[in-house]
Amino acid sequence: MSTAIALAASASTSGRRGYWSGVLKRFSRDPVAVGCTVILLVLILAAIFAPYLDLADPYKGSMIKRLRPVGTEGLPLGTDEQGRDMLARLIYGGRLTLYVGLMPVVFAFFIGAALGVTAGYVGGFVNTVIMRVVDIFFAFPSVLLAIAISGALGAGIVNSLVSLTIVFIPPITRVAESVTSSVRSLDYIDAAKASGGDAFTIVRVHVLGNVLGPVFVYATSLTSVCMILAAGLSFLGIGVKPPEPEWGLMLNTLRTAIYVNPVVAALPGIMIFITSLCLNLLSDGLRSAMNVRD
Amino acid sequence: MSETDTLRDNRDRGGPAQPLVLAQNLTKHFPIRSGLLNRQTATVHAVDGVSFAVHKGETLGIVGESGCGKSTTARLLIGLIELDDGTIVFDGDALGSAISLRDMRKSVQMVFQDSYASLNPRLTIEETIAFGPKVQGLADPLGRARDLLGKVGLDPNRFAHRYPHELSGGQRQRVNIARALAMSPRLVILDEAVSALDKSVEAQVLNLLCDLKDEFGLTYVFISHDLNVVRFISDRVLVMYLGEVVEVGPVEAIYGKQAHPYTASLFSAMPSMDPDNRTMEPPLSGDPPNPVNPPSGCRFHTRCRFAEDVCSGAKPALATFGNHPDHLAACHMHDPASGHSLAGAEASA
Repeated sequence: MSTAIALAASASTSGRRGYWSGVLKRFSRDPVAVGCTVILLVLILAAIFAPYLDLADPYKGSMIKRLRPVGTEGLPLGTDEQGRDMLARLIYGGRLTLYVGLMPVVFAFFIGAALGVTAGYVGGFVNTVIMRVVDIFFAFPSVLLAIAISGALGAGIVNSLVSLTIVFIPPITRVAESVTSSVRSLDYIDAAKASGGDAFTIVRVHVLGNVLGPVFVYATSLTSVCMILAAGLSFLGIGVKPPEPEWGLMLNTLRTAIYVNPVVAALPGIMIFITSLCLNLLSDGLRSAMNVRD
Repeated sequence: MSETDTLRDNRDRGGPAQPLVLAQNLTKHFPIRSGLLNRQTATVHAVDGVSFAVHKGETLGIVGESGCGKSTTARLLIGLIELDDGTIVFDGDALGSAISLRDMRKSVQMVFQDSYASLNPRLTIEETIAFGPKVQGLADPLGRARDLLGKVGLDPNRFAHRYPHELSGGQRQRVNIARALAMSPRLVILDEAVSALDKSVEAQVLNLLCDLKDEFGLTYVFISHDLNVVRFISDRVLVMYLGEVVEVGPVEAIYGKQAHPYTASLFSAMPSMDPDNRTMEPPLSGDPPNPVNPPSGCRFHTRCRFAEDVCSGAKPALATFGNHPDHLAACHMHDPASGHSLAGAEASA
């Protein structure tokens, strides 16, 4: 008798596992995705806690110690063209770079998902208006659009955030719209309508859960593009201004030193490469982990 | 169902003699838009002037080929698509004036064919069943959901927290039935609800449907293309062809003698179970005509063996056939005044 009760209890608890714990379980079985998550976490934590890491002042240069190679004593990653400690600058640079690389995608995710779900669920005239406006933005290459908006608004962190957000709203809107329209035509939406649910409730309960997952994965893959674009804006001088440490800007100022000390000059680029690669592999891992139907 | 059963339901207004649903002249034309300006270039006549009644406590079977408008009729009945023309009267209340769509939806529910697509993959089945009662403000939606899971033969302790992909097709369809029943409906529309299941599971679900009908005093509209299943579960049968009703009548009358040539060929396509009584009539050949341009007159005349000039000229009206007053068919052969050469012979037979 007691075993029967225990069996029933274990059956009911095993049935209670949620969707997200299943995703987490599948994700943890993917070594590549887990490795990338660890690298990204180290980068993000280092950026956040940079002031407590006992690093050199990233702004303080030295005319004597310019362009020291990697491995110099006391300067593990050498110095830049103004004699500033590269290790400190790369870690402090992660703050701005990750901020400018991630925040536009976060903003664009909320705005684009809202627009896309509205267009996809309401359909008809609303869909036409939203999607045609989005199409106009698609006519411009994303780099050009970011440069144009940033150029019009002027240099600065806030302006590059705004311009990058505008760049990423259209692709996210389009993905959200296409996923929403395919979900909307499924029978469970009809069943929910037949139960008397209003549009808002149906979207909240039945649409968002099935739409936000794929859109989130897509947005994750955009963060690497966004980081590269943000770095590109800084490189062109319309993003972050010197002497702020930022990987794109550092790549720009160090390019003059590429013949003198190529390894140091490449370091910011390597950081951008590692981060965007990890973000891409992370979004791949998320995509397969979120697929319930295996 | 007996008279006392219907009277027990305090939502019953018109008494057992009043049809639960009276559909009159239901019409739905879907526009086909194409070209640069999205202009309407053609119209699909999905449902064209369909009228029928669903009596309280009965099961009305709707049969017909794919694309004949069965599912569109179902979706019109439950208000998932808007009527172009026609009226629906629910227990004496005309939809849109005496009763709102929202109120009617509390009393009419539907079970869909695709058991997977009709369950939200991100919700546990308990949450799926509880959704309707929750939005309608009924008491204790989750308790109700667990109770109904038990009623459809799924142990709530084992199944309530499962996701649709963890269930088999038959189990999922039981969940769909529980979801429909959670609203305490009076009418349940079963749109090919058992067609996707294999035969043994289909039989279980059909028996479950019969039990639930008795327990909750339900009325069914049962849409299927499987004539054996329709015969098993239905009290009356409605035959549709290209968006129109061609024949309607009690199940034993129609299964005994088909009045319309289309119904006859539909039944002749059913394999005979008796080797001494083999199917001798040739089955119907070809596809139904395009509903964008339905044939004039009787829509079946392009495939009918008995078609004559009168059939393409005038549309036959539904008229009584044989000795059963409720057995109606729309065919010129049964109308002596139509001028069809077989009309007299059929009438005297």
